[in-house]
Parts: sequence; structure tokens; C-alpha cells
Amino acid sequence: MKSANKKAPYFFISPAIILLLIFSILPIFIALFISFTDLSLAGLADWSRVSFIGIDNYKNILADPIFIKAAGNTLYYVVIGVPLVVMISLGLAILINVGDGKFFSFMRLIFYSPSITNIVAVSVVWTFLYNPNIAIGLFNQILDLVGIAPVSWLLDPSVAKLSLIVLALWRGTGINMLIFLAALQGIPPEYYEAAELDGASKWNQLRYITVPMLKFSIFFVSVTTVIGWLQFFEEPFVMTEGGPLNSTTSISLFLYRNGFQLNEFGYAAAGSLILFVVIILITLFQLRGQLKNNENEI
Amino acid sequence: MNSYKKSQKINKVIVGIILIIGGIIAVMPFIWMILSSFKVNAEIVSMESGILPKEWTLQNFIDLFEKMNFGVYLKNTLIITAFSFGGMFLNAMAGYGFAKYRFTGRNSLFIMILATMMIPGQVTMIPVYLILNKLGLTNTLAGIVLPGLVGAYGIFLFRQFMSTISDELLEAARLDGASEFYIFTRIIIPLSKPILAVQGILTFIAGWNSFMWPLIIANDEKYYTLSVGLQLLQGQYGNNYALQMAGATFMVVPIIIIFLTFQKYILQGFNVSGLK
Repeated sequence: MKSANKKAPYFFISPAIILLLIFSILPIFIALFISFTDLSLAGLADWSRVSFIGIDNYKNILADPIFIKAAGNTLYYVVIGVPLVVMISLGLAILINVGDGKFFSFMRLIFYSPSITNIVAVSVVWTFLYNPNIAIGLFNQILDLVGIAPVSWLLDPSVAKLSLIVLALWRGTGINMLIFLAALQGIPPEYYEAAELDGASKWNQLRYITVPMLKFSIFFVSVTTVIGWLQFFEEPFVMTEGGPLNSTTSISLFLYRNGFQLNEFGYAAAGSLILFVVIILITLFQLRGQLKNNENEI
Repeated sequence: MNSYKKSQKINKVIVGIILIIGGIIAVMPFIWMILSSFKVNAEIVSMESGILPKEWTLQNFIDLFEKMNFGVYLKNTLIITAFSFGGMFLNAMAGYGFAKYRFTGRNSLFIMILATMMIPGQVTMIPVYLILNKLGLTNTLAGIVLPGLVGAYGIFLFRQFMSTISDELLEAARLDGASEFYIFTRIIIPLSKPILAVQGILTFIAGWNSFMWPLIIANDEKYYTLSVGLQLLQGQYGNNYALQMAGATFMVVPIIIIFLTFQKYILQGFNVSGLK
């Protein structure tokens, strides 16, 4: 293509590039730098009080019992949450894909709607639903109707994490369902017709046609969901503040607390880089698995 | 064949019933929220509260604006949302630059942009806070808006869409003496309506829902957004569930209305983005 002006493309891309450089790329290097210092609120006011402390932040954070606890909780969220999100959203997509009338497209809207709503608003609403008082909380009222004793959803350390996962599932399945639906509609119907003629059961059609054809979407949804759960923040922040006994504190919440409530910038930066490395490793690991899968097929 | 069709029909009915049950679970929190927002708080905390309010009241919504500063939060949220549309324009420009020009560094710059998608917010939040602090922009609306103004995902989607616009059209305009910026605003933008609609709605929703960053940057209640205000309200009026539900309703219902109005474009967006 003949270009009228050699400078034109740079004119178009430079505002976005400059903003990304300042607010996305440069911050990584700053984070790396300050993670080796003891920068805190005092240091922010007077830079001469900031000193290099080498890898002390990393050593301390890896020995910090609350960080260990937050890492364990985050792992729990990922291990329980990701398979549930993938299975429920895939299941919903398959059910909605059964028909194509008004009813089914309406259902698609219904299941998608929680995904677009404000997390804070939704967290406030669910805190209310989870209220342990039987006169106030809807969930315990429903349990009472079927004769089950009230559950202290957010107050019991062993139940609180699951309560947050239920909310996140409710909110997170819609968008993934849409991704699966788009993929399902891309599978040629002839495959199912041929299988039907051969007498393959619905279960076998699902196993040998649907799931293999959706490999890429399943991969995509798993990766984005893992990354999302690793950054889980709003729900524990609004609903439990990480309690009871830090049983719902996520790594993100831990970093926010140390960074912006305790103003330990260097310490929190070290923690954020650990999280970053974990995210990169997990993504690369998943990507490798995906590439290997594809090779086997060829 | 007849029995096959019949079994297909039964299948559909069973699936329909499962979907309806799931659908009720999906919307129930919204219904409960909206109905509770019209109740008097005394009714909510009393033992014999039903599903429908015994006496409907608008007092909760009035209190949001009179007791809490929801008017201010609403104004801030709308300003932030308006600026994020400026950001969308910058994304469109960058997408166009990458889609329609060959230039030195094109590929490496584009890969760099895509790579920024991998960076979690937790890594950038402290350094960005420090940068804005140096610039004197903490506790300002500009500080809330600037870091999120452009985004890799938006640039990527604009580039994908604009690649499909024919080069001949641009050549013809150049031969007629149109400037590059004129071509962009008068030819490319009007042709990009479908992707602009998708991005516009997503930008609005993101701006309306933004929480973590305004929470970090705004110390003064003057600059709170609706999300931050609602979180504050939960802390201050922990036992006033009716007021909390009114606040939540005020945040959720406008988005649902916008979503239902424009849902066709949003759902199309999933095909435009090619996530198949």
C-alpha cells in the first residue's frame, strides 16, 4: 500500500502507546525497583529515608503467615472455582444451544445479565442474602422452609470461602457461556447427523464431538478464569474484609491492604511481582499443554 | 422418524424446565434487591417479612441523595464514563494505525501492546499510584481516568475490525487530496459503527462499574464514584438493608436497562471478536 505520509501511522498510534508505556510498561520496572527498597509512606514524603534492602521483602513475605494463608486461599479459589466455572458455563451453553427460539435467546440474556452488573453492588446484595439472621437473610429463610438449620455463611471460616465462590460463579458463568455458545454454533451440524445415523448416544456425541471441537474455547476460558481468580479482590473486600480469621483473604486483598492501608509500598510490590510470575508461569504451562494437544491431533 | 421427533420435543421441554429453574436462581438476587429497596427497613428486619413490600416507599432512594452524597458520586461516575469515551477514540486511532499502515516497528509495538494484557492490576497499582503522586494527580478525577484511558483489548478489537475495510477506498480518498486524519474521522469512523457500538457499551459498563482504582486514588469524598460510595454506605449504614438495596438498585438497574436495549450489539461483539 502506498503511504501518503510516513509520519501518519505514528500520529495515530502514539497517544495509546505513550499512555501504555507510562501506565503499564514503566510501572513493572518501578515495581521491580521498589520491591528491593523499604519504601513506605514516610519514604514517599522524604526520599532520603528510602534504602535498598536487597531481597529482604521477598524473604519476609514468603515467611509472612498471612501471605501464606492468602496464597492458600487463592489456590483454593482456583482449584474449586475454575473447574466449576468451566463446567457450569459449558453445561449452560449446551442446554441453551438445544433450541433457537425466542425462549432460548431470552435465557441467554438472563444468564448473561449477572456478568455485567457492578461487583460492589452485587456483593452488597449477596451479603444481605447471606445474612445469618433468619429474619433477614433470604438463603436461611429458604433453608428454613425445607427444615434445614440456618448456616452462618460468611461468619464460619470453613463456609465463608465457598460462599464467596458461589457468588463469583453466579457472576462469572454468563460471559463464558457466551464464548462457548459462539463456539458451539461453529460446529458443523453434519457431524451430529452422521453420529446420530451411527446410533451414537447423546453422551458419546458430547464426548467425541462437542468437547474435542471446543478445545480452544475451553483452553481460553480456563486461562482467563485462572487469571481472574488469581486476582480475586472485590468480593472478599466488600463482603468479609478477608475474615473471619483471614479465611477469605486473597493475595490481591493482602497486597491492597499492605500497599494502601499500611502504606508498605516496597513490601506489597514484592508480593505483586511474585503474583505476576505465578500468573506468567501458569499461563505458559497451560499454553504448552494446549500446543501439545494440537500436535497429537496432527 | 416420528418417535425421534417426539423424543426431540420431550428433550426440549426438559431442557426448558432446567433452564427456567436456573434462570430463576440467576435473577432472584436482582428481584430480592429491587423489592427490598422499596421496603421500610423495619419490615426487612422483622420476623414476618414477605416477598412483596407491605407498604411501598421511595424514602430509601430519597435518602441516598439527601443523607449520602449519591448526587456527587453520580456526577463523578458520569464524568469518568464520559472521559473513557475519549479513551475509546484513542484506541480506535491506534487500531487504525496498526490495521492500515506498514511502518517500522509495527509488529514489535503491537506485540508489546498485547503483552500488557498479561500484566495484573496488582503489579501496576502501586507504581501508578507513585507516578500520579509525583504528578500531583492523586485525589483528582484526572488521576482516576488517565491510567485506564487506553487498553490493549480495545486496540486489538479495533485493529481486527478495521483490517477488513478495503484499501482501495482509502487510496481513492488520498487521490482526492483528503488528509490522513480526515480519512480516519470521515471514512473509517462511520464504517466502524458495529465495533464502535460494542466498544461503546463495554466502555460505558466498565466506567460505570469501576471500583478498585477510584478507591485507591480518591481520598476525598468529593471524588468518590458510585461503587466507592456504595461500599462506604455499607460500612456506615450496616444495619439499614433497605438503604443498601436502594443504593445497589440505583447502580444495577441502569446497566441492565442499557444492556437490554443494546444486547444485540453486545452479543454480536462476541462474533466480531472472533472468539470461536
